[in-house]
Amino acid sequence: MAELIAKTPCDGLLPITSETVSLTELTPSAITSFMPYKGREKAASTALKKACGMALPGPNEASGTEGARAIWSGRGQCFILDTGVPADLATEGAITDQSDAWAVMQLAGAGAQDVLARLVPVDLRLAAFKPGQTVRTEMQHMMASITRSGDTSFDIMVMRSFAKTAVHDLHEAMKSVAARG
Amino acid sequence: MRIKCPLCGERDRREFYYKGAAIDLARPAPDAGDVAWDDYIHNRENPAGRTKDLWQHEMGCSAWLVVERNTVTHEIYGVELAENVKRGMK
Repeated sequence: MAELIAKTPCDGLLPITSETVSLTELTPSAITSFMPYKGREKAASTALKKACGMALPGPNEASGTEGARAIWSGRGQCFILDTGVPADLATEGAITDQSDAWAVMQLAGAGAQDVLARLVPVDLRLAAFKPGQTVRTEMQHMMASITRSGDTSFDIMVMRSFAKTAVHDLHEAMKSVAARG
Repeated sequence: MRIKCPLCGERDRREFYYKGAAIDLARPAPDAGDVAWDDYIHNRENPAGRTKDLWQHEMGCSAWLVVERNTVTHEIYGVELAENVKRGMK
């Protein structure tokens, strides 16, 4: 029988570092999308809190802590990372396993926001975008989810098939920011 | 041009996809007759001034929006979730 070896989306691509900024791959143990049924948002939030420890995040918000997080990912949808989602939550909303569908990266270090400023048409400076906030936006023509995970770090999700392009574009921007000093 | 998405906030135009006149939300009944259907499918206003369009926040929250704007001055008067507009029409 063939021996199959699982590869992470950014296998062989990361980590990379440029001056003060580094890009590393994050490998959440699970990624699940959760879409509450119409009119069930409140019950869904209560059920999610009971099952996974965090409430349903509102638009542009992320909830939970390292280990089990919920990231708002669009109208009526959030991604639940790092923790399994009990099947009985299916009475409140649609659950889809997306664990293998996304490349997740962390861009960290002084100047990380300057790197993203070259690729993303949203103001991601600390004054406008605080830890725990998230945006669904485009990163150099790729649909992306960007969450501020710390004062100088961002968690970036792109579709798995874009992993190589995303790493390339981020690396080019990192080099460009570094070259300016 | 920037559009203020009711969910995401003000965003750059490049995040949005343009569909066309918001008349798409007013689909006639199946038995409304040839004139109503001809109008719905083929005839569009081309105003120099206020117009209502459907846009999708394609790169953002994926919501469909009704944007009321001015084709002459580019002023945007308001943005609403198409879902809410449609519900208000019933």
